[in-house]
Amino acid sequence: MASGGVLLSACDAASRNPHVTKVLSIGEFLSQHVQHAVTSRTALAQEFTEADLSPEFRSNGTDYPDSAEYRALAMNGFVDWRLRVDGLVERPVELSLDQLRAMRSRTQITRHDCVEGWSAIGKWTGTPLSEVLALVHPLADARYVMFYSADPMDDWGTRYYESIDMEDAYHPQTILAYALNDATLPIPNGAPLRLRLERQLGYKMAKYLMHIELVDSFARIHGGKGGYWEDEGYEWYAGI
Amino acid sequence: MIQRRHALTVRVTHWINAVALILLLMSGLQIFNAHPSLYWGPSSYTGAGPIFELAGGFPSWLTIPGTQWLAMGRRWHFFFAWILVINGLAYLIFSIATHHVTRDLAPTRSDWRSIGRSIADHLRLRHPQGEAATRYNVLQKLSYIAVIFVLLPLMVLTGWSMSPRLDSVWPGWVDIFGGRQSARTLHFVIAWLLVLFFFIHVFEVIVTGFWNNLRSMITGRYRIEHEQR
Repeated sequence: MASGGVLLSACDAASRNPHVTKVLSIGEFLSQHVQHAVTSRTALAQEFTEADLSPEFRSNGTDYPDSAEYRALAMNGFVDWRLRVDGLVERPVELSLDQLRAMRSRTQITRHDCVEGWSAIGKWTGTPLSEVLALVHPLADARYVMFYSADPMDDWGTRYYESIDMEDAYHPQTILAYALNDATLPIPNGAPLRLRLERQLGYKMAKYLMHIELVDSFARIHGGKGGYWEDEGYEWYAGI
Repeated sequence: MIQRRHALTVRVTHWINAVALILLLMSGLQIFNAHPSLYWGPSSYTGAGPIFELAGGFPSWLTIPGTQWLAMGRRWHFFFAWILVINGLAYLIFSIATHHVTRDLAPTRSDWRSIGRSIADHLRLRHPQGEAATRYNVLQKLSYIAVIFVLLPLMVLTGWSMSPRLDSVWPGWVDIFGGRQSARTLHFVIAWLLVLFFFIHVFEVIVTGFWNNLRSMITGRYRIEHEQR
C-alpha cells in the first residue's frame, strides 16, 4: 500500500508536469495516425435499425443555453435563427432552418459514444456538411472547420466551440442535424442545429450551432486547442 | 549451481508489461469512474438498465490521477496502451522467432498427463525442485498461454472496439462482443481476470523462492538446489 501511495503521488505530480503530459500525448498522436492508416476516409460508422433506438436520447452538458439571445431565438421557434458560414471561403452565406431543410438531407441511425463511457442510439436527419461546403466554396488553404455554439460555458461568456479537419468535414455521415427520431431536434439535444460526426466521441459534436468558420489554424482561437473540452485537456482527436 | 533462466528480451518485456498493466488498470478505473455503470448490448440506453453499478466509483487511491480527472486518466491510459501493444508485439515476434513459445510454453504430452498431480501439488504448495524448477510446469504454461494469447489480445480488441473510428474498419465487427457496451463490460471483466492472475502469479513467486525467482527475472540467473537423494 505504501508503494502504491508513492506511485500515485508520483503519477499525480507527473500529471501536472507539462513535459510529462507532452510525452503522454504521444498516445493521441499514434492513435490518430494509426487509426487513419487502417480506416478509409469514407468508411461508414455502423448504422442501426429502429429497433435499436434508445427510448430517450440522453442530453449531456448544456440542456438549455443560458443567454438572452438564445432564449429569444427559441421563443420564436428559431425562425430568426441564421447559420453563418464564413472564413476561408469564396462565398460566405447565412442559412435559415428552412433553407437547410430544403437542401439534400441524410438520415442515419447511429450510436453516440460519450467520452464518459456511455452510448445511446438515435436517428438523425440533417444536411450533409459537404452540401454546405459546396455552397460556400472553401479556399485551398482551409484546413479546419470551426463550429461555434450558442451556449455559454462559464460566467465569462466562453461559448462552446469545436473543430474538425476537412477529411471529417466531407465524410458522408457528417451532417448538420435538425431532427432527432423523426421530430424537430429538441432543445436539450442541441436545437436548432447540431453536428453529427459519427466516427468521433460525443464532445466533438457541437450543439446549438450559430456559426461555422473555415480556418487554416485554430492556434489563436480561444485556448488554441481547437475546442472547449480540448482547452480543458481532452484530446482534439477523439477517435477512441 | 547457478543457471541461466530467462532470456533478456523476456525479462525486459516482462517488466515493461508489468508497469504498463498496473498503470493501465489504475487509469482505466479513473475512466470507469466517469460513468461507473456497465451494460450489455450496443448502447447504454435500451430501456433495460445497467447490469452493474458501482455508486461513487472506485476509491481515489486506486485511480490515476488520484482525483476525478477523466482527461488526464485518458492520456495515461492511451499512452500505456500503446506501450503494451508495442511491447507485446516485440515479445511475440521474439518468442515465435526463437521458438520460446513452442519450446517453453506449449504443454508437452507428459505435461498433459501430469496435470492432475500438478494441481494437487500447487494446492499443497509443493513445488518442483532441482532441474524441474528451471522449466515451467503445466499450470504455469497454461496460465501464461491464457494471459498472453487470450486475455491480453481480448483486452486490446475490446479496447479498440470502443473506438468509434475503428468500429468503421468493418462496420458491425463490434457485434462479435455483443456491441460496444458489451465490449466495455468485457474490457472491465477481463481487467479483473488479469488482476486475479497477477495475485496468483505473485503468490507463486513468493512461495517458490521469492529472491531466486525475482533475480532470475531481473538478471536471468537462477540458483538450483541439488536434490538430496
